[in-house]
Amino acid sequence: MSVNMNTDEAVVLASARGAFDQDWRKVANWGLICAFALIFVSLTDMPDKLDKRVIVEPLLSMGYLSLIWIPIALGNLVTREVVLEGMTQHKKGVRELVAGLSVGAIGGAGLALLIWLLDTRDLSDPLVNWNDALLEVLSFGEGVGYGAIFWILASAGLGLAGGALHVLPTTANRLLFAISLTIVLAASLESALDDISEGFRLEWLFEALFEKKGGLSVQGAIILAVFAIAWVLVLGGQAKRGRAAVTARRELSPTKVNTVGLAIIAVAAVVLPMFLGRLTNDLFTNVGLFLLLALGLNIVVGLAGILDLGYVAFFAVGGYTAAIMTSPTSPGLSPELPWWVAIFVVVFMAIVAGLFIGAPVIRMRGDYLAIVTLGFGEIIRLTVRSDWASGFTGGAQGILSIPGADIVGVATVKGTDPQQVLYLVIGFVAIAIYVSWRLENSRIGRAWMAVREDESVAEAMGINTVNSKLQAFVVGAILASFSGAIFAAKVGSVFESSFKILVSIVILVIVIVGGMGRIAGVAAGALVLVGILGGPNQPGLLAEFSEFKLLIYGALLIWMMLKRPEGLIPNVRRSRELHQEEFLQDAWLKAQANDDDDEAASGEVAPA
Amino acid sequence: MSEAGDSPTPLLEFRGINTHYGAVHILKDVDLAIYPGELVCLLGGNASGKSTTLKTLLGMVTPTTGEVVLDGEVVNDKPTSYRVERGVTMVPENRRLFKRLTVKENLELGAYLRNDDDVESDLERIYEMFPRVKERLNQKSGTLSGGEQQMVAVGRALMAKPRVLLMDEPSMGLAPALVQTNFELIQQIHEEGVAIFMVEQNANMALSIADRGWVLQSGRVVLDDSAEALLTNPELRASYLGDGNR
Repeated sequence: MSVNMNTDEAVVLASARGAFDQDWRKVANWGLICAFALIFVSLTDMPDKLDKRVIVEPLLSMGYLSLIWIPIALGNLVTREVVLEGMTQHKKGVRELVAGLSVGAIGGAGLALLIWLLDTRDLSDPLVNWNDALLEVLSFGEGVGYGAIFWILASAGLGLAGGALHVLPTTANRLLFAISLTIVLAASLESALDDISEGFRLEWLFEALFEKKGGLSVQGAIILAVFAIAWVLVLGGQAKRGRAAVTARRELSPTKVNTVGLAIIAVAAVVLPMFLGRLTNDLFTNVGLFLLLALGLNIVVGLAGILDLGYVAFFAVGGYTAAIMTSPTSPGLSPELPWWVAIFVVVFMAIVAGLFIGAPVIRMRGDYLAIVTLGFGEIIRLTVRSDWASGFTGGAQGILSIPGADIVGVATVKGTDPQQVLYLVIGFVAIAIYVSWRLENSRIGRAWMAVREDESVAEAMGINTVNSKLQAFVVGAILASFSGAIFAAKVGSVFESSFKILVSIVILVIVIVGGMGRIAGVAAGALVLVGILGGPNQPGLLAEFSEFKLLIYGALLIWMMLKRPEGLIPNVRRSRELHQEEFLQDAWLKAQANDDDDEAASGEVAPA
Repeated sequence: MSEAGDSPTPLLEFRGINTHYGAVHILKDVDLAIYPGELVCLLGGNASGKSTTLKTLLGMVTPTTGEVVLDGEVVNDKPTSYRVERGVTMVPENRRLFKRLTVKENLELGAYLRNDDDVESDLERIYEMFPRVKERLNQKSGTLSGGEQQMVAVGRALMAKPRVLLMDEPSMGLAPALVQTNFELIQQIHEEGVAIFMVEQNANMALSIADRGWVLQSGRVVLDDSAEALLTNPELRASYLGDGNR
């Protein structure tokens, strides 16, 4: 849950402070935050709705997990100190435990208050989840008094545990973190693991770990915990060393590609789909479709710095063009082209749309540009739905019976066969990654970055800023239209409702969460967000979460912006810049100390 | 006036330039001429039109009337890139490096329009000129100190192989000790044969190294003389130079 600052040798370790030597104001603040968080999560109905998704069979469900992490995390955070050089760091001890305990207890009291109110008042009018089912879950069906006391004690205990993380040695912390991560991850991936284990003939392993009705069995959890411990103790050090080596090499030559890693990924991309079941193949297909979109948007936003909030427009252009060109039942125009011919029309239309939308938009900057793109995204969708265009697009009825994608001379990809579609998607993703990578290190890519950094100066260097921004827009449009064309072939129909503004937002969130301007980051973002939580209309692994998807997206986005603005897999350069302030602060303190020494030694003030 | 004035065609010239921002009249009938290899400076108070002059020279602002002439050719409707290709380059105010790009990338972007084979050897020349820059090639330019950033900004402009360097307030925001070094650097570039057109607030220092100068007041050229004459001009002394101005 939290990472302990490693105690540097330069930091002076003073003696532990007493139990009541607290910043009580801070403790109260964090306690109130804890209480509000618990009440808020309860009122979103997560505890009730997710109760059926079990993590460890009789012990823990996702519903309760949505509550219990809060006191642990906040009980830990309350005494967290950012240690800068030159600061005195106190020894951790009973003080941290008391603070965590207090925070948890205050939070639990908040939840107890909610339980009491749930029982006595009816606020179901504004708060739709204010109902008996929630009360039932929170009080375990044992009555209000039991529930209230249970939560105060439990929350205090969890807060204490959170505080205790400060006191425990680093290895223990790491072990606990690894165990909880392994168990929660395994439980989240349950359906995918089920699917994969069938492909690899490992059903026996799956059955050993998971209960039949869902969730890990107790013995399964123990096996995983042992596995996690072994992993940390045996491989932990090596993994860390490996990562350090990779980072060091990347700093030396940022554009160099890790050939071994690339080869492994390539082989996996070819071999893995054969072993995956329907569900996992379908899941990866969705991830791939969004990855394709995110790679395109990454060029537009990440490289050229054009904040396009209407990117879904190009996805729609690709989907509808492919549908009209291939479907025998498309109204108006119905050339029934084979898919591989239609893809050329799709690219052409994407270029036209990119220029058409780009030309007026590109002359604007910053906020204005974002708002205008937002408008164009909706304009395209509403045009498709309008009476005027419905002669070609089918309006709200959409276009149906789109045949699969046939690849000339090689194969016919049926939308109903997820494995074939996955191969198609992988092919296009590979193209997109190659194109992104080549462009990033090209003259055009450098011009994009210059425009992103400072448009006027880029112009003064002789870069045609309008042209290069248009190029970025068009490349992005083409990649999105590929995704749209595959989407149409996969689903077999297109409706305007698949191209709502939410899609634009999700793609942007993928790019931001993953790490703007970095291909691996975008891939990680697509995998985590679309694969686990699900896309705007596509279920992810945590299908039960679909109701809370946007809430979690939003929370994740805020957290990322505050704590890790460089994304999950950061661009090394960018991360250094974003954390510059901290470095500078350290450097400044160091310099101050040196200056003081110098002045004392020479007794002379240096000229300004 | 100065010896350079005898050479037949100016490198860059303003003929009766008027520039408007919307309805606001910025430059009023401005005539300027920069000859090859000269070091000239443009003085003037705030909002007198100095930066607009630079932007008009570089083509980032289009004049309403009058002609911008480069090598005897009227370039009013030619884009910035056309002028950069023909040797007009700017060092922008406050250096304005591409902060998130490395020093090397900044330098390479300076040579964006060049496709000759000398780019590498020119990079080497810049490293020789600024050994400090070479040490920091893979560092992000935003993390450099003010003085180092100035070196990169000048290096970036030199990478375009300029014949005339337009410098917008080169000493602005630099520590006093660095201002002197900076002017020495400008002189050094000038001695290598690059014409320099510099907009500067630090009038005393600018005039002490310049051949010629203009004084701009509310968009009009009010004084046009040799640097020595301007330095002793009582009117100018009263309004700009004052006494004790560094």
